[in-house]
Amino acid sequence: MDPILKINNLQTHFFTKAGILKAVDGVSFEIGAGEIVGLVGESGSGKSITGFSVMGLVDPPGKIIDGSINFKGQDLSALSNNQMQGFRGNRIAMIFQDPMMTLNPVLRIETQMIEAIQAHDGSISREDARIRSRDTLGLVGISSPDERLRAYPHQFSGGMRQRVSIAIAMLNRPDLIIADEPTTALDVTIQGQVISEMQKLCRETQTALLWITHDLAVVAGIADRVCVMYAGRIVEQGSVANIIANPMHPYTQGLMGSVPSQNRRGKPLQQINGMVPSMLNLPAGCAFQNRCNHANEKCSKIQPDITQLADRRQVRCFNVPAGQQV
Amino acid sequence: MKPILQVQNLSKDFIKSLDLVAKGLNRIGQSYKEEVVHAVDDVNFSIFKGEIVGVVGESGCGKSTLGRMVAGILSPSTGSVEFDSSQANNKEIPSALRTQMIFQDPFSSLNPRKRVIDIVTEAPIYHKLITPSEKRAFATEMLQRVGLDPDTLERYPHQFSGGQRQRVGIARALAVSPEFLVCDESIAALDVSIQAQIINLFVDLKDTYDLTYLFISHDIGVIEHISDRVIVMYLGRIVETAPIETFVKQPNHPYTQALLAGVPRLEVGKRQYEPISGEIPSPLSPPTGCHFHPRCKFATPRCKAEKPALREIAPAHFSACHLNDEA
Ligand SMILES: Nc1ncnc2c1ncn2[C@@H]1O[C@H](COP(=O)(O)OP(=O)(O)OP(=O)(O)O)[C@@H](O)[C@H]1O
Ligand SMILES: Nc1ncnc2c1ncn2[C@@H]1O[C@H](COP(=O)(O)OP(=O)(O)OP(=O)(O)O)[C@@H](O)[C@H]1O
Ligand code: SF4
Ligand code: SF4
Ligand SMILES: [Mg+2]
Ligand SMILES: [Mg+2]
Repeated sequence: MDPILKINNLQTHFFTKAGILKAVDGVSFEIGAGEIVGLVGESGSGKSITGFSVMGLVDPPGKIIDGSINFKGQDLSALSNNQMQGFRGNRIAMIFQDPMMTLNPVLRIETQMIEAIQAHDGSISREDARIRSRDTLGLVGISSPDERLRAYPHQFSGGMRQRVSIAIAMLNRPDLIIADEPTTALDVTIQGQVISEMQKLCRETQTALLWITHDLAVVAGIADRVCVMYAGRIVEQGSVANIIANPMHPYTQGLMGSVPSQNRRGKPLQQINGMVPSMLNLPAGCAFQNRCNHANEKCSKIQPDITQLADRRQVRCFNVPAGQQV
Repeated sequence: MKPILQVQNLSKDFIKSLDLVAKGLNRIGQSYKEEVVHAVDDVNFSIFKGEIVGVVGESGCGKSTLGRMVAGILSPSTGSVEFDSSQANNKEIPSALRTQMIFQDPFSSLNPRKRVIDIVTEAPIYHKLITPSEKRAFATEMLQRVGLDPDTLERYPHQFSGGQRQRVGIARALAVSPEFLVCDESIAALDVSIQAQIINLFVDLKDTYDLTYLFISHDIGVIEHISDRVIVMYLGRIVETAPIETFVKQPNHPYTQALLAGVPRLEVGKRQYEPISGEIPSPLSPPTGCHFHPRCKFATPRCKAEKPALREIAPAHFSACHLNDEA
């Protein structure tokens, strides 16, 4: 089956006074119907800009300069803003870390949800739209939805607001949801609720989901596949099971080693030394070289290409263990 | 053995004054009252020298309020925090300096107009622990202790990365030879790869300088890694304290169990979440009896009526749940 989203060699750059910043530099991945893909990486690695590029929300000085974003057979990167409008909130929806990016503080939840439905379907009656809104609130685990519909966002807790913004994303049964750090601001108990509802929704409605986060453990819990991003590039991708069991890129290995766990109590955490290089001033060769224990001459001269492995797995490093290449 | 720090019946109430909307509504005949938040509600615990005691709990449960009282920068409504001076490493250091606090946001806690050399030496010079002529040598040593290049002495905070700024904050705290550090979400703002560096630094410093910690974090993975003992808070109260092994393997309180079940873990991989239901109740009107009863799957009528006492159910293991009475 064809994937819902297929991104190929996406290049989104910011043309700043200080120089060209390649926020997204040759990113390729795909998401199938009902599949959950996690996009992980540290601050500034280009996760949000990847999501914004798909949504057509990159503003100047940023620009998609190359690559394609194929959504169900159509290249979104070639669409005008007006044409994109027809997809946003309808076929493709986005959930932000701060639910107030989605919610309007001065309107009742009901008004906002009905408007979101009617904006994409002029023929639906107000009453039908209200019923669908109520049902969708129920779907994301909000109790007494009839009552809640009449409320304003400030009458909700942070976790509930986030669930309302998820409900709004779900309203028009999109084919793709891009969720940018949707649980980062939530407590673990509430995060668990949100994750469990999203998993259920994707399975039941066959929605494709891109889950952006800096937390590898969250991705391990929710996603089918994972893309690890570093300095604008995906350095490793594959199924969650394969990558957790056997990370191959030195950065992925470092990330996994630095996640605290019970099993490693009493021992120092494996740390990645140094810090992320400035995106405006990346070295020639591999962007990870200054922190990598395996770096050699070649790494400082040439950018490593993608090595394709079995099980749709990819690694961008010269030192992929021998015998793994296909 | 005597604890180095003893906290007894410690409480802090905040009065939440009326906002403009409520004031307006009062004028047209409604009756909104000022509300009281019991941010920390009659808390008792002790910490032994050399321990790292973790504090966990959901947002708003009172972790920071507790930490600030322990650090002596917020005065309690009632109760006491006592430090046993006879166990101090450096008895000549003024008692006001013994406990230092390290915050989440290293940027807002550092004066942006001061150079690192001045940030680190300000308190020791003021308290006459060092003389101004020793300033440079002293600051150099402090930076080395936290893994910063002494070449950076003349820099301002904005010229550092987040992880480096947190190191500056730690150097400033260490500069007064504290006995006890209160870390409040001290690594939460850092990138994952940098978090590990700072956690390792905290552990090294503890061993080298014989420090004791109260370590507040919402990240249970971090707490499990670093703590010897854990305090679990819920709406201002301690619901469980346990040695780390017990906390991980045999948590007693239903809230602790639910909290642990929600923690994402690498080693578990993809899984079905079975989260606890319900929202965190408002601290302004906490549920009666056991605060946790609206979300607890074991709740009985007694739980709604009667507050469970924090009782020792096994050596060094305390829990506040009525279920323990039946066993
Ligand atoms: N408007 C802009 N102008 C210039 N550079 C920008 C702009 N927006 C983003 N960038 C840069 O693009 C890069 C990628 O940013 P992005 O927001 O995608 O990071 P991220 O991975 O989402 O990080 P975080 O985890 O902090 O959200 C960063 O280096 C950032 O500084
Ligand atoms: N200065 C203050 N005035 C009024 N209320 C306060 C004040 N400080 C804290 N509170 C209230 O006291 C309660 C406990 O707050 P506290 O900051 O200690 O929680 P916390 O556990 O640290 O939460 P978080 O995980 O979000 O940092 C909250 O309900 C909070 O709103
Ligand atoms: S290409 Fe070289 S520097 Fe880059 S991750 Fe691989 S070994 Fe390290
Ligand atoms: S006292 Fe009752 S409500 Fe509270 S945790 Fe125990 S069983 Fe649950
Ligand atoms: Mg982002
Ligand atoms: Mg706090």
